Amino acid sequence: MIDAFAKPELRDLVRNFTRREIVPHLGDWERAGEVPRDLHRRAAEVGLLGIGFPEEVGGEGGDLIDSIVVTEEIIQSGGSSGLIAALFTHGIALPHIVAGGDRDLIDRFVRPTLRGELIGCLAVTEPDGGSDVAGIRTTARADGDQYIVNGTKLFITSGARADFATTAVRTGDGLKLLVIQGFTVTRTLEKMGWHCSDTAELSFVDVRVPRGHEVGGIHTLLAHFAAERLSLAVQCYATAQRCLDLTLAWVRDRHTFGRPLASRQLVRHRLAEMARQVDVARTYVRHAARRVASGELLVTEVAMAKNTAVAACDHVVDQAVQLHGGLGYLRDAEVERHYRDARIMGIGGGTTEIMNEIIAKQLGV
Amino acid sequence: MKIVVLVKQVPDSGADRNLRSDDNTVDRASASNVINEMDEYAIEEALRLQEAHGGEVVILTVGPDRATESIRKALSMGPDSAVHVVDDALHGSCAVATSKVLAAAIAQQGADLVICGAESTDGRVQVLPHMIAERLGIAALTGARKLTVDGTSLTIERQTDEGYEVVTASTPALVSVWDTINDPRYPSFKGIMAAKKKPLQTLSLGDLGIAAGEVGFDGATSTVVEHSKRPPRQAGNKIDAGDDGGSKLVEYLASEKFV
Ligand SMILES: Cc1cc2nc3c(=O)[nH]c(=O)nc-3n(C[C@H](O)[C@H](O)[C@H](O)COP(=O)(O)OP(=O)(O)OC[C@H]3O[C@@H](n4cnc5c(N)ncnc54)[C@H](O)[C@@H]3O)c2cc1C
Repeated sequence: MIDAFAKPELRDLVRNFTRREIVPHLGDWERAGEVPRDLHRRAAEVGLLGIGFPEEVGGEGGDLIDSIVVTEEIIQSGGSSGLIAALFTHGIALPHIVAGGDRDLIDRFVRPTLRGELIGCLAVTEPDGGSDVAGIRTTARADGDQYIVNGTKLFITSGARADFATTAVRTGDGLKLLVIQGFTVTRTLEKMGWHCSDTAELSFVDVRVPRGHEVGGIHTLLAHFAAERLSLAVQCYATAQRCLDLTLAWVRDRHTFGRPLASRQLVRHRLAEMARQVDVARTYVRHAARRVASGELLVTEVAMAKNTAVAACDHVVDQAVQLHGGLGYLRDAEVERHYRDARIMGIGGGTTEIMNEIIAKQLGV
Repeated sequence: MKIVVLVKQVPDSGADRNLRSDDNTVDRASASNVINEMDEYAIEEALRLQEAHGGEVVILTVGPDRATESIRKALSMGPDSAVHVVDDALHGSCAVATSKVLAAAIAQQGADLVICGAESTDGRVQVLPHMIAERLGIAALTGARKLTVDGTSLTIERQTDEGYEVVTASTPALVSVWDTINDPRYPSFKGIMAAKKKPLQTLSLGDLGIAAGEVGFDGATSTVVEHSKRPPRQAGNKIDAGDDGGSKLVEYLASEKFV
């Protein structure tokens, strides 16, 4: 069987890029609370930002499988899910603009973002609720050929650095997505993990937006959730794989009572269980991803994929910290960062409970 | 200007490397193979020249079938095409024989400029650039840390232990480079996709007019008789920080000519 995910050249490129351009600086970016704009330009130069976007809009071509390979390889080479969130926010901010097809918007927002010159974000969640997307309160009132937007968005990834926000708003004609520039960053939020990824509260006060900036409605929004959820699922099993790798190296090295940890049956069985969960998650998520990449509209399986991968990740990062002992609790230990970063996975992009609601609905209950 | 860049596939110097127990040649089958590191600098230099002066960049590799991986990787950095000399009779070739094959292939290409790495990380003999230039009757500008091209005139800064020498020649010529010369680019995603479609010509010894007996074990001018693993690293000298610790340390450093 040909492995669609093999892609040795792409993996090589991403591994080299991660080791040279990301790993040496990640600690600094975690402390700074954000990644520098320069990183976006560098990633764009080698084509990483444009992967999965068609060449007609300034992308590099390639499909969902290529994007997944990039995500896997960044994390498994020493990057992190937080880094992915920060550097690839355009993966959730741009697809709606691309799908809308407006040349002017593509030239002004999509191309420069894929060149690493602009940063975009996706603003859906509000202080009053995130899971209930239909309950959005930010309003856009039509005024001639403009909308006047008022409201607040919370937990917006890359919001503090963003030049524009693809924003979900309520209009007289239902929920719409608008590309908006004139918002204010009211707060940068401090978090448990994902420290290198800035998260912001955005305020919109009488922001005037041309009506031409409309790039779809609730269906567009929901349609692109699949890719976001799959990406998070990939981050989960890649993080788990990385933690397993780090733990394997550690237990071979670490001796207690005169023997390597790896020689203890209890430890060996824990490692086996970690490996099993990683492999099951990877296999299932990749399977769902292949179906989505070939054009199927999957919702339930994507929800199952996310929950499967989140559970595997939660288990493995916890075990990784435990097997590292005291070191695993220190800021310098990579597993400590993954442990904190992993906690968002069952919350962002639709919570585990919301995924289960989707699955239950499919079951007819 | 037509630039031919020599690219060799070598076992990854960061991983475990071995010679084969049956015939004392480099074990390429079980190793994880990569582009010889110095060759990436040669490719980069060729691409920069092409960007500045136009022309064509061709990759040339002598090696087994699996060297194709490295050729595709080299092409993904940007060169236009590649030539791969592959022939079972090449197995066991010495540097002299390899230089004959490379020189024949370069001559067939009609290269104005040949760029290669100053050494390969497996053999490390550093003689191929000179041998090839000698066979072709062209100038060898070796060990460059800088290369400038002005029409048909080439100038390099030749890296030495003490500093550098300025050496000039005119094309056709061969330049070998050290890793101080540039910072090789990453192959881009588009480059990776494009590399799959770039022309890759495969040549046999017959295509180059070379007889099997001139290369391989039969044609070798040197033979590896036996080999053994490097002895394991010895534990270092430990100097205790006692009363005379300082002077003992200085003595040791002086004896090793560090101070
Ligand atoms: C670091 C970070 C980055 C984020 N990035 C973005 C971003 O870029 N853009 C963006 O728009 N949003 C972003 N979010 C928001 C994220 O998508 C929401 O936090 C998430 O959707 C949950 O919404 P909520 O926080 O409002 O929780 P709530 O919806 O209030 O849910 C609270 C709890 O109740 C559960 N729950 C809710 N409804 C039900 C139900 N019907 N049945 C059972 N249980 C239920 C939930 O599962 C959860 O456990 C981000 C959040 C974080 C923390």
